[in-house]
Amino acid sequence: MDNREIKKDFPILENRKITYLDSGATTQKPIQVINAIKEYYEHNNANPHRGAYSLSVEATQIYEDTRTKIAKFINARNREEIIFSKNATESLNLIAYSYGLDNLKPNDEVVLSIMEHHSNLVPWQKVCKQTESKLNYMYINSNFEISDKEIENKITDKTKIVGITHVSNVLGTINSVKKIIKLAHKKGAVVVVDASQSIQHMQIDVQDLDADFLVFSGHKMLAPLGIGVLYGKKELLNKMTPFLMGGDMIEYVYEQETTFAPLPNKFEAGTQNVEGVIGLGAAIDYIQKIGYNRIQEIEKELVSYARKELSKLDFLTLYMTPNEENHSGVISFNINGVHPHDVASILDSENVCIRSGNHCAQPLMRFLGIDSTCRASFYLYNTKEDVDNLVKALNKAYEMFKKYIIRR
Amino acid sequence: MEDLTDVYNELIMEHSMNSYNKKKLEKADYTEIGHNPNCGDEITLEMKMNGNIIEDMAFIGHGCAISQASTSIMIDTLKGKTIEEAKEIIKTFIEMIKREITDEKELEKLEDAIAFKNVANMPARVKCALLAWHTVEGILNGK
Repeated sequence: MDNREIKKDFPILENRKITYLDSGATTQKPIQVINAIKEYYEHNNANPHRGAYSLSVEATQIYEDTRTKIAKFINARNREEIIFSKNATESLNLIAYSYGLDNLKPNDEVVLSIMEHHSNLVPWQKVCKQTESKLNYMYINSNFEISDKEIENKITDKTKIVGITHVSNVLGTINSVKKIIKLAHKKGAVVVVDASQSIQHMQIDVQDLDADFLVFSGHKMLAPLGIGVLYGKKELLNKMTPFLMGGDMIEYVYEQETTFAPLPNKFEAGTQNVEGVIGLGAAIDYIQKIGYNRIQEIEKELVSYARKELSKLDFLTLYMTPNEENHSGVISFNINGVHPHDVASILDSENVCIRSGNHCAQPLMRFLGIDSTCRASFYLYNTKEDVDNLVKALNKAYEMFKKYIIRR
Repeated sequence: MEDLTDVYNELIMEHSMNSYNKKKLEKADYTEIGHNPNCGDEITLEMKMNGNIIEDMAFIGHGCAISQASTSIMIDTLKGKTIEEAKEIIKTFIEMIKREITDEKELEKLEDAIAFKNVANMPARVKCALLAWHTVEGILNGK
């Protein structure tokens, strides 16, 4: 899987002597993305959609060309179906407020999976309370997967919205999104797919999935922080009311009334993060240059190796599916009897960067009967040596705590 | 980072894993819950007063070694002190963790709690060390 030439594209991995295993939180950025942003500020910066001068026209062109690029990247039918936001969280709030609030009625049901990130959960709690609809959950089985039976039991004729993460940010489980969408549509519900942990690893085709809404953050797929995407089917987006009000999303503004701009501007109020959009475009170019086939090849080998090596450590509890083909980029684990924050601090002293905590998934933690986990997450620049460093550091952490651990 | 054994030293490890202060008091005058929502650390602190003196304290809860040991050692330090003395010790501890005091002489009043001095070098763990101290501050300031 020799990916050393890929790693060289990431200056921070050369500049800092670290084992970076927190790409699930945010990926590092390749020089191509960094340069694209620099190039934009050195040659093309102006406020898009505003000026009549050529510099502003150019900025508009680059901004809108990237929208087209993203539409092609996820195979959206229309470029107007791509809305820029600041991150997946904002995209999900937009859907909850502009679609959920207006369409849910008392006793309707919203169905989520128990493994949702707070961003695809807390907005729905608020909307359900306000509309007096019910919030139900699809739970996981002992394999950390949602069974077909659970899907069929929970998605009913009363279900109007289903929210599902494509890949769990804690468990790495790949959910049967296509199956869920098919069933939901049969019952007359729309489906919101959170692709924040999948789009960096696998090809997304919104038409093949038949997703009604799909969201992701740029910064988890090599792009800068602060840029996100909302995909929505045109017929749905057209019927929805705007989320944020302000400049550029309007048509006519009178003292007491306003008419709104057509898609996509209707959902893009105020000056947008053009730098982020440019960076996201460059990130997509980079991913396409490497190719999803290669990315999958690197990651499958890496995840498989990590599963095998971590399974050898008998002081660990692993929270992962036994079905390797359903497991993507993240592995959660605990050293039995040692708190994840202590493990993360000790790993940090070995320059191994992992995440520890509840991963913005408290309901999942509660369901698993734990407070928190350690999480190592991988991306295309990671190597087997990174896994070896992780294992070595975990052994050190265990050695430090061993004599104090009370077996509970 | 400096040598980790400066932070994960014998005293801290012992208190975090097998604390004799981790129990319920038979009769507590004050109970206060402290938590760090982002890490899930949570403690319930109990206090029994005798006039102006902290007669007894205990805690239950869960969290990382630093938060649990800090709670236990704080209890050892504050037991038997007057409210005024306790407030002064708490202030000194917080200032030590925030690196506002480094003078060893001034830190002497912290007794065993001085073991947390090197947490000041681990910004990600400052919150863990301070949890119990902010919680007890809540009790004493309410009085």
